[in-house]
Amino acid sequence: MKTLRAWMMRLGGLFSNERRETEMAEEIQSLLEMHIAENLRAGMTPVQARREALLKLGGVEPFKEAYRDRSTVPLLEHLMLDLRFTARQLRRTPAFAATVMLVLALGMCANVAIFAFVDAALIKPLPYPDPTRLMAVSEASGPFPRANLSYLDYQDWKQFNTAFRSLDVYSGGGFLFSTPTAVEPTEAGRVSAGFLRTLGVTPLLGRDFSAIEEAPGGPHVVMLSYRTWQQRFGGRSDVVGQGVTLSGEAYTVIGVLRADFHFAPLGAAEFWTTIDQKGSCEIRRSCHNLDGVARLKDGVTILNALANLAAVARQLEQQFPDSNRERGASVIPLTEEISGNFRPILMVLMGGAGLLLLIASVNVASLVLARSEGRRREMAVRSAMGASLARLWSQFVTEGLVLALAASALGLLLANWGMQALKGLIPADMISSMPFLLDLGFNWRVLAYAGAVAAVSVVLLSVTPAVHLAMSRTRDGLMEGSRGSAGNAWRRLGSRLVVVELAIAMVLLVGAGLLGKSLYRLLHVELGFRADHLATIEVAAPNVRYQKNEQRIALGREIVRTVESLPGVQSAALTSLEPVSYNGNTDWIRFVEKPYDGKHIEVNERDVSSGFFQTIGAKLVRGRYFTDDEDDSKPKVVIINQTLANKYFPGEEPIGRQIGDTTLSSKSIKTIIGVIEDFKDGALDSEVWPAEYHPFNQDPDTYFVLMARTSQKPEAVLPELGAAIHRLHPEVGSSGEATMEGRINNSMTAYLHRSSAWLVGTFAATALLLGVVGLYGVIAYSVSQRTREIGVRMALGAAHGSVYRLILKEAGWLASLGIGLGAAGSVGAATLARKLLFGVSSWDVETLFAVAVTLGIAAVVASFVPARRAASVNPVEALRAE
Amino acid sequence: MGNKADVWQGTLALMVLKTLESLGPLHGYGIARRIEQTSGNLLSLNYGTLYPALLKLEQEGSIASEWGLSENNRKAKFYKLTRAGRKQLQREARDWAQANAILARFLAPNEDPA
Repeated sequence: MKTLRAWMMRLGGLFSNERRETEMAEEIQSLLEMHIAENLRAGMTPVQARREALLKLGGVEPFKEAYRDRSTVPLLEHLMLDLRFTARQLRRTPAFAATVMLVLALGMCANVAIFAFVDAALIKPLPYPDPTRLMAVSEASGPFPRANLSYLDYQDWKQFNTAFRSLDVYSGGGFLFSTPTAVEPTEAGRVSAGFLRTLGVTPLLGRDFSAIEEAPGGPHVVMLSYRTWQQRFGGRSDVVGQGVTLSGEAYTVIGVLRADFHFAPLGAAEFWTTIDQKGSCEIRRSCHNLDGVARLKDGVTILNALANLAAVARQLEQQFPDSNRERGASVIPLTEEISGNFRPILMVLMGGAGLLLLIASVNVASLVLARSEGRRREMAVRSAMGASLARLWSQFVTEGLVLALAASALGLLLANWGMQALKGLIPADMISSMPFLLDLGFNWRVLAYAGAVAAVSVVLLSVTPAVHLAMSRTRDGLMEGSRGSAGNAWRRLGSRLVVVELAIAMVLLVGAGLLGKSLYRLLHVELGFRADHLATIEVAAPNVRYQKNEQRIALGREIVRTVESLPGVQSAALTSLEPVSYNGNTDWIRFVEKPYDGKHIEVNERDVSSGFFQTIGAKLVRGRYFTDDEDDSKPKVVIINQTLANKYFPGEEPIGRQIGDTTLSSKSIKTIIGVIEDFKDGALDSEVWPAEYHPFNQDPDTYFVLMARTSQKPEAVLPELGAAIHRLHPEVGSSGEATMEGRINNSMTAYLHRSSAWLVGTFAATALLLGVVGLYGVIAYSVSQRTREIGVRMALGAAHGSVYRLILKEAGWLASLGIGLGAAGSVGAATLARKLLFGVSSWDVETLFAVAVTLGIAAVVASFVPARRAASVNPVEALRAE
Repeated sequence: MGNKADVWQGTLALMVLKTLESLGPLHGYGIARRIEQTSGNLLSLNYGTLYPALLKLEQEGSIASEWGLSENNRKAKFYKLTRAGRKQLQREARDWAQANAILARFLAPNEDPA
């Protein structure tokens, strides 16, 4: 209590400084006077009396010091003094302060913003209880390390596995939802009954699915996503138990999911319902349309689980050799399934941001060193006046703290803006598959990371000059001409730092160059068809209204005819899956009259209408196109792509040969009537797979993609497409209208390449700037140190040209070292990041050469300015200056 | 002169309080003189030690100070005991006497007849 009071008073003493000083002076004064008067009375001479009194006082200044120390808190008082001095110092050198803060803030911004994405995608646990025990389970076969499960396989896996507490499956789906104005196709999730329980999630309203609803002929029930409940059902709580019509069928709403529930693979699903066990795919063991999610039993590892499922799969392979040949199992953590795709790009970006921070730190370190070099004399004077080494250190630490904290605050602000801006750049339909980005922002992990970065900058800013101080004897600072040796030492250190900077800049520039080149190659990859002037739209008709093949064929014909009659449309066609989507939706085939070893021949399968190849501009190599009247009444026909022809009919005539399913069942036999030149079915960066194309009219569906070749800009036709279809058949829904070029540009592959190229490009540009500024700083400092030497040389008759050479040689040496080191580093870095490269090798000579030349030119420009200053040195003045 | 003992750590505050109790409000010079006199000039009190101690007592609320005029009409700062200071004095004096008595018993010649 007493002590507390004293401390409060002392803290208060920090502020009432002036009054205390005068009072103290007065008190000393009266004390001395009384003592002197007493001494005089005792018979001393005035001089003696005064001397004795001062002795008793113990010296005025030490007395004051002791008194002051007790009046305030010395440590705090020093800190406040240091702070005030720091503020004065920084105000005196605003360029230094601003540069350091900006450079550090940029490094911080890039790092924290990228880390927030890394955290959201890779570190933050999934929003389910005990998420590390959740596994993504699937089959594995040939070209697909992660292949879909078939429903019958799933049931056996579920029954015979011993590794999982529960195993459930899901797949995407869609419903047509009627609003008063339109029929909207909506995305849906189809799940096995225990799906939510396996995740550990309960509904917000109503109840979960029960086993009855998964059984064949069970009641039609549906759960709503929170957003759908809010937007389509007005958030009414009586929605549970109500009926809703989806794709023309009656469903009962049994529950509403929580607002914070999300499941990335079905990110956009609005309605959730159970798997249709009697669906055309679910009844076949060879039709794979499901993904599994499972919760490990306690004490079971991933490897145990994998071995267990693999054994089950082997059993099934023996039991069903036709459908299950070489169908293995795959078990990976669910997080890996959800965000594993983003790992390479995020790692590259994190690496890029790290390099940027490194170069920023090196830059700041050399700035700080240069500044503390310039303050040697100040430090020497302060130390001569009695400041202890600790006191000088505390000054540096304070300055470092102030700068680093200000830079960090600025960096955090920029990072906050940066991460939201980056998130805003992600196409809307892509973000639904990345729900983990929804709450992107500062959390404790991101803040801890930011704190670590800030701590590094504090160390950098305060320890660097302190070490510099400790290494150089302060006494030297007072000596005239002492700059010679110490200046040289610093020049060496500064040069080394600048080589590091240039090397890092080189690595980032090469990275940006390679990624940029990849992006260019990707967007200019040979597609095999004309993507320009193509408009696309997805069409879905309710199954209940279009059950018969004739109805579906008629619908397709009508829609094609209607769209072709639109102004600006030259031709239109249908396909089950648009080009440049993905390799998948495959078929197992077997060739008639060719030996068959039972191994699955897996090829892409697409159903296309008769005008499809002409409409997209794919070239027929041999044979003929489909005709519109080729339906079930005609012999089955098929067109194959060049890759399939080359692989399975090398040097043979494929036209007229026959393809069937694995058992060559009679109804599966089709005759090859044409070979089409390869075009991209799959993603931009994927290989062309063997593919077969069937006439839409021989395998019609209620879902298809319409492609329209336009004579004008395809964008102009887009709004008309949906409207025309709706006018024709109000019960048919359409969605996703986009131009083919737009689809390609916004595809996940293009987006990932584009964003990494742009981000690394930005980092590289910043790094180039920092590196060049660093080089300029070192050369300029070197010139200022060598002014006298240059003066002497010129006085002895050296020409301007030789002075230029002298300076440029120094810069050239540093730049070449940096470029050389950087070249080695960039090949290494590019090798690590080769997953992101497309169509370029990690040691692309062109890029390396271009970057080296760019850096070289930048280095020459940066050193030319100080070189000119050196050459314009007036020898007389230079010699007199010292 | 050089043989005088310095004031022991911790006892100065007690001496200051006792001085103020017996003499009433007093300036720093007077306190110093009085302590030296009471010690029979065996103690030498440096002002650089006394004044921070006065400041500490004042910060702790045991004494208060105000400016006044000395006997020779000089301006001086007078220190006086507060109520809290009086209590502190009683407590510390008692503690000191006790400690003293204990120590005395240790140091006294062994009177216990065996």
